[in-house]
Amino acid sequence: MSAPATQGERREIPAADARAGLEALKAEGFNVLVDLTCVDYLAQKRAPRFDVVYRLMKLDAAEGRDLGRVEIHCAADAQPVLRSVRDLWPVADWLEREVWDMFGVGFIDRPDIKRLLMYETFVGHPLRKDYPIAKRQPLIGPKSGEKADSPSFNILKPTVVGE
Amino acid sequence: MPLEETIAPAGTMTTQIDAALGWARKYSIFQYPFVTACCGMEFMSTAASHYDLDRFGAGFPRFSPRQADCLMVVGTISHKIAPVLRRIYDQMAEPKWVIAFGVCTCTGGFYNNYSTVQGIDTIVPVDLYIPGCPPRPETVIQGLVMLQEKIQKTGGRPRRVVEAAP
Repeated sequence: MSAPATQGERREIPAADARAGLEALKAEGFNVLVDLTCVDYLAQKRAPRFDVVYRLMKLDAAEGRDLGRVEIHCAADAQPVLRSVRDLWPVADWLEREVWDMFGVGFIDRPDIKRLLMYETFVGHPLRKDYPIAKRQPLIGPKSGEKADSPSFNILKPTVVGE
Repeated sequence: MPLEETIAPAGTMTTQIDAALGWARKYSIFQYPFVTACCGMEFMSTAASHYDLDRFGAGFPRFSPRQADCLMVVGTISHKIAPVLRRIYDQMAEPKWVIAFGVCTCTGGFYNNYSTVQGIDTIVPVDLYIPGCPPRPETVIQGLVMLQEKIQKTGGRPRRVVEAAP
């Protein structure tokens, strides 16, 4: 195995042009979407607040070699501006659902997107920096403020509060 | 004359039916491993031939709750899967016991966050807590022996009236 051709260049693309840029990269040979994730820059007061990150790789499937990587950053807000890339890389279907679930960043051509990890009745997006750290939304069991009849719950977790 | 003195010379002995039942039940624990996370590797290690849970009569995992006596909750329980765990517990026939295997099931462990149940005893009644992240097989075996003592003492009677799941 030789070393990767490049260690991965970082590129900023405006969210509105992201789809065209990613299509061009796919045509250039970036055939694997390694990761699609998001960062919340609430504390840094950045506008737009979120940074959606696409990490791409050129994979030589015959030899199993990594021929280069690139990292695309798109500043985005909670209002959907990005277009889905499901048709370019099918794995984006799940990853976009995860970004929506955890950060609440939507995609304009996926209006009825479903949560991936949390349950349907969950309110809010837990990886946002303004999600209350002690907020709990259990499906069953003790809810807002009430204590369970449980020694571990009562002794070890006095700070846990409900909604 | 008391009954015992009448029948003792005839080669019989008296005992309690509960004690006999408890003795029988503690060596035939059919377990249901509810494995969700990394503690499962330690559970496999405990159940496999090196540590050999079968020595204690608990070597027979049943993957149907209807056939199981002991629910072993192994690994982190998230709020999403909590109703499933509750239903599994409700489907088990009495007498039944619950082991919280690993610190995540005991208290939530270090996952004090939006997704993790802070101790499965907020959902189902727990008989035995085995702490550790993960617990060593020796700890699990000690816990199992303690559960056997508990079964011997209670004779395997239904311990409590369990209300229906909400």
